[in-house]
Amino acid sequence: MSALTDLIPAHRPSLAQSLFAGVVVPSLCAIGVGTLMQFGVGPVLGDYWTSVGVQVGIAVMLAVSLNIVNGFTGQFSIGHAGFFAIGAYIGAGVSYYGALLIWNDASAMAHGAPLVWNNSKSWLFGAGEWLMIGGAILGACVAAAFGYIVGLPSLRLRGDYLAIVTLGFGEIVRVLLQQTRPQVFDGAELREMSAGELVIPPLGGATGFSSIPKYANLWWVWLFVAVVVFFAYRVKVSSTGRALLSIREDEIAARAMGVNITKYKVRAFVLAAALAGIAGALYAHSGNVLQPRDAGFQRSFDCIIFVVLGGLGSISGAALAAVALSIMTEALRGPEPILENWIALLILTAVISIVAAILRAVGNRGWRITLLMAVTPLSILLLGLASKFFTDATGINLADYRMVVYALLLIVVMLVRPNGLFGLTEIWEYFGPERAKKPPTTPPTASQAAAAAPTEGSRP
Amino acid sequence: MTWFSRSLSGPRSERSPASRGARNVLASVAALGACALALGMAPKSIMPSTPGDSMAPKPASGAPILVGHYGSLTGPEATFGQSTSEGIRLAFKEINAAGGIDGRPIELREYDTKGEPKEATLAVTRLIKSDKVVAVLGEVASGLSLAGGPVCQEAGVPMISPSSTNVRVTKVGDMIFRVCFIDPFQGSACAKFATGELKAKTAAMLYDQKAPYSVDLAKEFKRAFKKLGGDVVIEQTYTGGDGDFTTQLTSIRARKPDVLFVPGYYTDVGNIALQARKLGITCPMLGGDGWDSEKLAEVAGKAIEGSFYSNHYAPDQPDEQVQTFIAKYKADYKGKTPDGLAALGYDAAMILADSMKRAGSLDGKKLRDAIAATKDFKGVTGVITIDANRDAVKSAVIVEMKGSPLGPKYRATVTP
Repeated sequence: MSALTDLIPAHRPSLAQSLFAGVVVPSLCAIGVGTLMQFGVGPVLGDYWTSVGVQVGIAVMLAVSLNIVNGFTGQFSIGHAGFFAIGAYIGAGVSYYGALLIWNDASAMAHGAPLVWNNSKSWLFGAGEWLMIGGAILGACVAAAFGYIVGLPSLRLRGDYLAIVTLGFGEIVRVLLQQTRPQVFDGAELREMSAGELVIPPLGGATGFSSIPKYANLWWVWLFVAVVVFFAYRVKVSSTGRALLSIREDEIAARAMGVNITKYKVRAFVLAAALAGIAGALYAHSGNVLQPRDAGFQRSFDCIIFVVLGGLGSISGAALAAVALSIMTEALRGPEPILENWIALLILTAVISIVAAILRAVGNRGWRITLLMAVTPLSILLLGLASKFFTDATGINLADYRMVVYALLLIVVMLVRPNGLFGLTEIWEYFGPERAKKPPTTPPTASQAAAAAPTEGSRP
Repeated sequence: MTWFSRSLSGPRSERSPASRGARNVLASVAALGACALALGMAPKSIMPSTPGDSMAPKPASGAPILVGHYGSLTGPEATFGQSTSEGIRLAFKEINAAGGIDGRPIELREYDTKGEPKEATLAVTRLIKSDKVVAVLGEVASGLSLAGGPVCQEAGVPMISPSSTNVRVTKVGDMIFRVCFIDPFQGSACAKFATGELKAKTAAMLYDQKAPYSVDLAKEFKRAFKKLGGDVVIEQTYTGGDGDFTTQLTSIRARKPDVLFVPGYYTDVGNIALQARKLGITCPMLGGDGWDSEKLAEVAGKAIEGSFYSNHYAPDQPDEQVQTFIAKYKADYKGKTPDGLAALGYDAAMILADSMKRAGSLDGKKLRDAIAATKDFKGVTGVITIDANRDAVKSAVIVEMKGSPLGPKYRATVTP
């Protein structure tokens, strides 16, 4: 906890200071991240890995948002895809039907240039892209409202019972989406529809919602990733975050210390739902067809894997797990892209090793984790080679077994590190000067957390 | 860098004893790196980038032509993707054995979609951008074809869907084709069969008002049946999952129709057949490919005997080409009888190969034009002509439920 307490300022900052630190700086950082991804990383990656990068960003947002409920608060929610789907369908509905009503044409090429400067129609952001942002905000709000509704039963429920409620929620969303009316493809037809016909929205039903304009590029997605990660981090180190952590460690002790359990649980659900809604809206615009299945258990389960593997409570851990697993499922399709890029992987290994060496030389305790990172590209390369030789020798295609590999990985992590790879610790907490023989990276025990919470943040 | 090499070179480092372990780790990393470098050199020379499951070109030599396939090889609809894949492989094997395309073999690159749109989009992006395939085959499910289609359209790579029947699929753009008929055609095929073979004058309809598939078929049947001189005397509806159809069937019995058209899914059709026979309706029932399941005979038993439905192909069709296909398929896949999806996958691959030969070029535009010009192509699932909407105009087969064990048997072929 010491890392957290260091961040609490000794005096209240002025409004201007708060605005600068809380809005201006993160916005600039987010724009910086988006720009770097779009213009720095994107061209290097090429088209295929760029579209993987978009999906990776969405996975990171999902992981970080679920971490607020499952990680910080310790409430086991398995209906996260429900919020995701609500955001996705609302975001898609706003930009698709909005474009159809305004321009009679919902194609991305006409009203939103995905950041093409030399496009004569729109030199930076097309009007369609602002529809997407509006849809994302609306989707986040509606998802948050549903988060409030689902959060309420958690007044009385814990553990398995809460899990069943959230599972039920996801399934309800899925079935409701199946009952929606067929999609309308013609603006004139849409205008003629009466209000009564629109009571059940035309979201495509079981067939799915298609032809959604493709506005979500690396720029928009990673901008929002930065915003979501920043937001989640600020929640974690705030008094709310400490209250959530105390609920996670020991609910009874937290209540005894004056933490309003109900209020904080509901707050966690609302925040997580809103962030998942944003992720959903961006997913809808990344060139996919939405299906009621998107609200189903499978996707919720994917999110849980990210959080559990990366560390319950560690934002960077969950994000890293989301990145690694999303890339892994793609890489396991076949080793060719890995083997084609062997030079790049070796250079990456060498560069990170050198960084680790420098860190060690200056006495920074981050060198160990950096070294671990250096092993990653190398092991990817070796795995690629191994799977290549295995496939050549036996004729068995490993891609067919990628879900088995996934599940095995989860079992091993659960046995070896039940708290996830990083536990409650953020990756950057490994960095910084070497202070003690034993780095303070162990998560607090139940009594410590419960004792710490009320004194530091019982009342915001 | 100097420090790095120094620490590797031996015990001259002045670090504390605690960090000695770290030096070993660094050394091992470097050693591993060297190994990987050595191995990494190898792939370029000894391993051409063949995927795990490539077709082995025998008579055809020269640089292979890459063709992509995306399908649900795992997941809830795994049989869809696997059947299609087997059909495609069989087709390419035959083409390669016969000399390939101008002496170049076709090589199949295949990715799994797990039945999810996100995976379909990424799989097609990978096929086009990373593997640089000249054409894409897939998907079975219309929802996934709608996810993969725009990627092909944007990149200017032709895509042929073997079996997506939803009307929207080919409306994505001028690069997207299909080799199966679209949903409404089955309605008119059934109407033709009813007036022709069954000499029916009056018909009753009972359809699922909530399923677009069922409504489309019913609409088209009514239109075609009237045009052919028949009369739809009564229309009744139900909602998928209803258990009791007695009310609707009682009203239908009162009008004594010659045929009963039930374009629903097999889950409901079984119950409808049982209750219809119980109420004394003896006229034959007709339906679409939604009936195509082994479950139908299990549920309805005797009640469904003597009823008909339209389908893409029938394994017992007395057609030389169909029987040759089945024999080859059985030889390749351990005696397995090909289902409709395998036959459609085979036809899609054959049409693509035929178009490649005619195009004389692998350029996306030229290949597109060649596919669009496909006319009277004799496939396993019928004579296929691609129309202006890039949909296939082709025949349907009508099968009859009969025999022991009870199952679909070929009865007639209906041309459009």
